Amino acid sequence: MSDATKYISHLELGERDETFLDSNELIINMGPQHPATHGVLRVILKLDGEKVLGTECVIGYLHRGVEKIAENRTYAMFNPYVDRMDYVAAVSNGLGYCEAVEKLLNVEAPPRAKYIRVILAELNRIASHQLWLGTHALDIGAMTPLFYTFRDREEILKIFEKYCGARLTTHAFRIGGCQYETYEGFERDVIKFVDFVTPKIDEYEELLTTNRIWVERTKDVGLISGKDCIALGVTGPVLRASGVKWDIRKAQPYAVYSEMDFEIPVGQNGDTYDRYLVRMAEMRQSLRIIRQAVGKIPEGPIMAKVPKVLKPPVGEIYHSIEAPKGELGYFIVSDGSTQPYRVRVRPPSFVNLQALDLMVRGALVADVIAVIGTLDIVLGEVDR
Amino acid sequence: MVAKLKGQYGSGLEALSYLGQNYLVADRSLIPEILQILRDEEQFDYCVDVTAVHYPERPKQFEVFWILYSFERNERIRVKTGISDGESLPSSVGLWPTANWLEREVFDMFGIKFDGHPDLKRILLPDGWKGYPLRKDYGIIQQDNEWVQINLGIESGQ
Amino acid sequence: MLDYITSYLHSDLTPGQAGNMLWATVYILIVFAGISLAVVAMNWLERKALAHMQVRLGPMRVGPHGLLQPIADAVKLLIKEDIIPSEADKLVFWIAPLMVVTAAFTTYIVVPFGPTHAITDMNIGILFMLGVSSLGVLGIVMAGWASNSHYPLIGGLRSSAQMVSYEVAMGLAVVSAVLMTSMNATGIGTLSMIGIVNAQKDQGIWFAFKYFPLGFIALAVFGVAMVAETNRAPFDLPEAESELTAGFHTEYSGLRWSLFMLGEYAAMIAVSSVAVTLWLGGWLRPFPNWLSGQPWDLIFSLFPAATFLVLAAIAALGVLRMPKHAYFRVQTIGLAGFAGVLGLIGLVLLIPPVRDRVEDIYWFVIKVAAFMYLYIWYRATFPRYRFDQLMKVGWKVLLPVALGALIATAVVGVL
Repeated sequence: MSDATKYISHLELGERDETFLDSNELIINMGPQHPATHGVLRVILKLDGEKVLGTECVIGYLHRGVEKIAENRTYAMFNPYVDRMDYVAAVSNGLGYCEAVEKLLNVEAPPRAKYIRVILAELNRIASHQLWLGTHALDIGAMTPLFYTFRDREEILKIFEKYCGARLTTHAFRIGGCQYETYEGFERDVIKFVDFVTPKIDEYEELLTTNRIWVERTKDVGLISGKDCIALGVTGPVLRASGVKWDIRKAQPYAVYSEMDFEIPVGQNGDTYDRYLVRMAEMRQSLRIIRQAVGKIPEGPIMAKVPKVLKPPVGEIYHSIEAPKGELGYFIVSDGSTQPYRVRVRPPSFVNLQALDLMVRGALVADVIAVIGTLDIVLGEVDR
Repeated sequence: MVAKLKGQYGSGLEALSYLGQNYLVADRSLIPEILQILRDEEQFDYCVDVTAVHYPERPKQFEVFWILYSFERNERIRVKTGISDGESLPSSVGLWPTANWLEREVFDMFGIKFDGHPDLKRILLPDGWKGYPLRKDYGIIQQDNEWVQINLGIESGQ
Repeated sequence: MLDYITSYLHSDLTPGQAGNMLWATVYILIVFAGISLAVVAMNWLERKALAHMQVRLGPMRVGPHGLLQPIADAVKLLIKEDIIPSEADKLVFWIAPLMVVTAAFTTYIVVPFGPTHAITDMNIGILFMLGVSSLGVLGIVMAGWASNSHYPLIGGLRSSAQMVSYEVAMGLAVVSAVLMTSMNATGIGTLSMIGIVNAQKDQGIWFAFKYFPLGFIALAVFGVAMVAETNRAPFDLPEAESELTAGFHTEYSGLRWSLFMLGEYAAMIAVSSVAVTLWLGGWLRPFPNWLSGQPWDLIFSLFPAATFLVLAAIAALGVLRMPKHAYFRVQTIGLAGFAGVLGLIGLVLLIPPVRDRVEDIYWFVIKVAAFMYLYIWYRATFPRYRFDQLMKVGWKVLLPVALGALIATAVVGVL
């Protein structure tokens, strides 16, 4: 137990440092409305001058009761709700849910649907990382990458719009496969996009990776070791940047990732700079996957034979995927009726946000904002 | 592994598998030890999730789940236990610090208390909310009108 | 009376030196108007250039291509409600922006736009400039204090600490340039701004290239320190919105805030003028030795006219590319008129007597404009320094480099 107390914020424990002049400590509130906190997040900081002694996150401003809603909707009706959690990368949420329910029904989506799913999921990963890069750079002060990444993200959103009609909350997949056949020119568009964006990623790197101000702002900021990451349950690029080479796409492959050839970028130090490099490398690996997948899409049906009224047998299942933010898991309990008995969403951002306290202890106030940005949290997912 | 555990605990533990996913059903009394053994000896060092389900018709109304993963073995396992209303469980924050917020959410949504948790208070709902929303007897459009009236100054959110 | 007015015109001294109060006042008014116009233009240029670097267009609606946007901003700020926090110290709250603006504008007394085109030429010109611009720090501290809220106070203190630290490096770089003025036959240097440029003319080399790379290092140190001095990116932590403390001007709105912005831009132009005067040869045209002689003199004297004619051509191109829709008719006419005015000025600048008069001022202004563009470029490219890193750069990097350059210059100069 004594080993674990280091993970708990001093504020939560009610401990106070025995400083000689207690008046040095200042409690500052980074309120729910704040340009840098990626949504409605309230962080209470306990400062000693400029140094952070402890933090406490107050969340729940965006709690919409998604899990309760799930108990009152049928399986197919709940599908659109899932996109609204991590609204930045909506396709991944849908992928996780559909695959979880398909497992419960013991059906498998046909290969063509799986390839389409992989292509859209990887495009979605690139879009999410681009948005992350723009906002993270903006928090640190570099205004320009925001505009570049959003301009390039538009191309992905155009592809989504042509495919399923929506840019943000796509509802792209259905239980059993995909509803929409790929449109005429889908492969051509995707290849054109991949060729378009590869030099653009180099452009982002050129602006930031060797920029000494960027390096100084991000190196050794928000350090977290691999062991701490595992203990705190942090997953995704944060875990990989701390040296743990683990990706659900390789460890427990889903869709057709087992047939794709890609690498998992790993960092060494677990600081913000490494997380930045890992995400940039992930973007490149996603492009690699997309190229392979587009070349290999098989012909065939896009929807498996699922009954019109979905009534999975009684049982429970847990299925997780590698969302851009980490391990996104769905724990579904079925009681044999058309509505799920319990849907539990294991949000990566919720668990990653716990690590904030450990990462900013002893850092300066300006680093708190950099670390919140580097954790890549989306409040829709944290609060559900 | 399963055989060894069953050998040790006999009837308090059951190992089942559904659709390829293994899970253990454990008695409430065995919980801290089982989790400890799973973490220390069987190397389930990553706690993926702590969650609960409410079955109002059963005598043991709540089923609390721990979903664990082992990096070494690349395996996931679920441990579930049944408790009745009002019972509390020992907190697993000492084993996996990630359980901190996860248990707070279970408390927030179901009202299940965890002994030994450093800071068990509501996380997603405002402090002072009455009621535990994910229980089956909490209606879908129900809300804590008192809190809404006091804090938001409106009669009702609906 | 008429003598008083015309006698000055035949002297080749600045009005201050000639003791002519009337012409001094006229010059002050001209400089004041010129700087205000420059600040307005800088506002527009910053928004447009920053936008284009960020793959967007910037203001396009208010005038043709947003040319009237600064005027719209000024009008908006002037008619805003004047809010003073209830517990604020009213007198200090009122004085603080005036302090900043006064400090920024007073430095223009010694800025030389030409060999006799300055309001006055004190023989301690550069010292005066450095001293008066330091008074701006006082204004910022007063602003932070008077707001009676701890975020502006912290922001104001941080800002003043930053400015004071970088002034040291600035001062050392300036000393290195002044030292170079003394490397002439008599061994006597000068602190007067016009004297420094004349020294560059006499020694036949701009100080940025003298004893290369020493002069250049001093210019680079000054270039970085001047950005930090004026609280601009990448050293703008005290006034950044995404940090906790929103800076010393949080509680100011409307006219008072616009005074702060006016002071900031004027200070930017002032320190750029210092850099141009000390290292880049002030009003001297480029390549006076290498490309000397009659034809080159003529070509370089055509530059002012050429600049305006090129700008007029760009504006005319903009007119041609305007959408042909009824909504845009006024804008098209406006832009065409603007292009016409620019072209007219360009043509006027072709006339020989005007050419000679304007040449010095033109080269000075062009060099300062290049520095202004650099400011905007920095803002678009670099992230922000964290405050402790900012102080580290000021004290641990710039100061030793400036000191080293100074010592090296002195040593090389003696040899």
